[in-house]
Amino acid sequence: MMTSILTKRIREANAQGRTALIPFLPAGFPDLDRFWTELEALDNAGASVIEIGMPFSDPVADGPAVEAASLHSLELGVNLDYILDGLIERKGRFNAGLLLMGYLNPVLQYGPKRFAKRCEQAGVSGLIIADMPADESTELRETLDAHGVSLIPLVGLNTGPERMKLYAECGNGFCYFVSVLGTTGQRDELPAEVLQKLQEAKAAFDIPIALGFGIHKPEQLEELQGLADAAVFGSALINHINEGGTCTSFMERWK
Amino acid sequence: MKKGYFGDFGGQFVPELLMPPLIELERAMDEILYTEDFQNDFKRLLKDNVGRPSALTPCPNLSKDTGVNIWLKREDLNHSGAHKINNTLGQALLARKMGKKVLLTETGAGMNGVAVATAAAMMDMKCLVYMGAKDVERQEPNVRRMEVLGAEIIPVESGTRTLKDAINAALRRWIATQSDTHYCFGTAAGPHPFPLLVRELQAVISEEARQQFLDRTGRLPDAVSACVGGGSNAIGAFHHFVPDESVRLVGVEAAGSGEEGCHNSAPLNLGTEGVLHGMRTRLLQTDEGQILPSHSIAPGLDYPGVGPEHAGLQQSGRAEYVTINDSQALNAFKLLARREGIIPALESSHALAWALENADDLQGQHILVNLSGRGDKDMGIVAGLI
Ligand SMILES: Cc1ncc(COP(=O)(O)O)c(C=O)c1O
Repeated sequence: MMTSILTKRIREANAQGRTALIPFLPAGFPDLDRFWTELEALDNAGASVIEIGMPFSDPVADGPAVEAASLHSLELGVNLDYILDGLIERKGRFNAGLLLMGYLNPVLQYGPKRFAKRCEQAGVSGLIIADMPADESTELRETLDAHGVSLIPLVGLNTGPERMKLYAECGNGFCYFVSVLGTTGQRDELPAEVLQKLQEAKAAFDIPIALGFGIHKPEQLEELQGLADAAVFGSALINHINEGGTCTSFMERWK
Repeated sequence: MKKGYFGDFGGQFVPELLMPPLIELERAMDEILYTEDFQNDFKRLLKDNVGRPSALTPCPNLSKDTGVNIWLKREDLNHSGAHKINNTLGQALLARKMGKKVLLTETGAGMNGVAVATAAAMMDMKCLVYMGAKDVERQEPNVRRMEVLGAEIIPVESGTRTLKDAINAALRRWIATQSDTHYCFGTAAGPHPFPLLVRELQAVISEEARQQFLDRTGRLPDAVSACVGGGSNAIGAFHHFVPDESVRLVGVEAAGSGEEGCHNSAPLNLGTEGVLHGMRTRLLQTDEGQILPSHSIAPGLDYPGVGPEHAGLQQSGRAEYVTINDSQALNAFKLLARREGIIPALESSHALAWALENADDLQGQHILVNLSGRGDKDMGIVAGLI
C-alpha cells in the first residue's frame, strides 16, 4: 500500500520539529453551516490531520462532551450523506489529511462498499471505528484498502505485546494511542505509565503514533517529545467552542 | 464457525481497551467454569440460597378453561424473585475466583440490579449499578431494594435514559476499572463471552424442567414458551431442549401497544441486523443505523436489541419468535392470578399469553411456560389497568 497522506502530513510536521496536531470536530457541530467554516479554519490553522466525528446514538467510547455534541448533531439531522456530500463538494480545499471517526453500525447500514467508495471520492484517507477491534475488522479493512482508506489501529495502556503486534501488522496511516483507561474527556495529568507504554508502541509500529484522549493543553505534550508524533484533541476543542470560542482561537495556543 | 458466533450473530464489537478484560473472562470460563470445584460451589449456592430446583407447576384451572395443558417452570420462586439470580450468583462466584473485588452491572427494570446486589452481598463484594434515570423514577421499589442490599446506584442521564444507555455507561466504567471489577452483564447478550456465559448459567432452567417434565408425564412437552428481553431466561429455558426436535421452542417478544408503528421491544420480529453493545444481532434501528427507543409494558423486556444466540436460532429455524402486545400480556397476568393464585411478572405474562392466545391451535398439547419472575414489582404498573 502507498504511504498514506495521513502518515505524510504527520511526518511533515515532525520534520519541522513539531508534534503534529489532530483536532477532532463532530460533524454538524456547532451547527450545520458553521461546521464547514470551522473545518476550513482548522485546516488554515495548521492541523496536520482533521478527525471528523460521525454521530451515533450509542457512543460507548466517548465522554460527556463528545457524546452531547454527537447527540445534538443527530437531532440536527446529521448523517453520513451530510458528511460525505459536504466533503465531496469541497474536495481539494483541504491541505490536512481527513479522517472519519465513529461506530460500526451506521457504516454497516450505509453499506461498507458504498461507504469506502464515497470516502475515496470525498478525499477521506482514514477511518476510526471505536467499537471494532482487529479481531472483527478483516472484511472492512479489505474493503477500505481497495479505496485507499486506512483503518486506523487503536491501542492503549492495557494492550499487551501480542495484541500490539496484531495491530502493528494490520495498521496503516498512523497508530492512535489512547492515553487513559477511560473515555474521551479532559484530564490534567496523563497517567505515569503512558511514557513507558508509548515507548513500547513506538518500537512495535513503523507508522507514526498519535496520542489522544485527555489532551487539552500544549504543555502536556512537552514531556512526550519524540514519543508521540501527533496529538489528538476533541473534548477541549468542543468545550472551547461551547464557551464561545472558535477553532482559530483554539489552535492559536498550540502553534 | 468463528469464535463467539451463533450463525451470523455474536462477536466482540467493543473498543480495543475492553478486549483484555473480555479475553481474561474467556480464559476464566475455560479454566474455572467447568471444573468440578466450581460446579459444586454453584450448585450448592443454587440449592441453599436460591431454593433450586424450582417447582414445575401444573395449571389445572387454566388448562380446563383453555383445553391446553399448561405447565409452569417456577423461576418466580427463586430468591430475589426472578431467574436473574442464577446468572448473577454464577458470575459473582466466577469473579471472586478471578480475584475481582467489585461487581459492576446495568439494570432496566431493576431485577438484574437486585440480583447482582444480592450476589455481591453474599460474596462480600462491592456492587455498582448503572440505571437509566427514567427507570430509576419508574422502578422505585427495586431502587430501594438495591440500596438496602448495599449497592451504589448511578442514574444515567444520557440518551433515552433507559437500559441501553445504562449499558453504554457501564461499559465505559468497565474500561476504567477493569483490573479489580467484573462486569456482571445481566442477560445473554453483549460481546462474547457474555452470551455464552449467561446461557451456561441459566441452562439450569431447562436442565431441571426437562427432567421434571419427563418424571411427571413420561414425555417431553410439545412446546416451551419464554419471554425474550435480552434473552437470558429464554435461552436458559430452551437450551437442553434444543436437541429434542419434537419440542417447539417459542420466544415471545413484546409488541408494545401492538398498533402499527408503535414503539415495541421486538427486534427479532420487527428489527434489522446490526451491531450494538458488542454484538452483531437484530436491532430496532433507523435505516441509518441509529438505535431506536423501545417500549413494553413489561420493563424487563424494554430493550432494542436481543442476545445473538436467539438471532442464530431464528436464522436456523430451530426456534420461532412471536409477539404479544401489552393488553394480551395484561390479560394473561390477570388470568394466572385469578385462576391459579400466582401473580406473574409482566415479562413472563407475555410467555403465558402466547399459550392462551393460541389455545385453539394447541388443544390437548402440553405447553411448558417459563415463569421467569413474580409480579410483586409490577403492582404500580397494573394498578388501574386490570
Ligand atoms: C422477570 C423477568 N423476566 C424476563 C426478563 C427479560 O430478560 P431476559 O430476556 O434477559 O431473560 C426480565 C428482565 O429484567 C425480568 O425481570
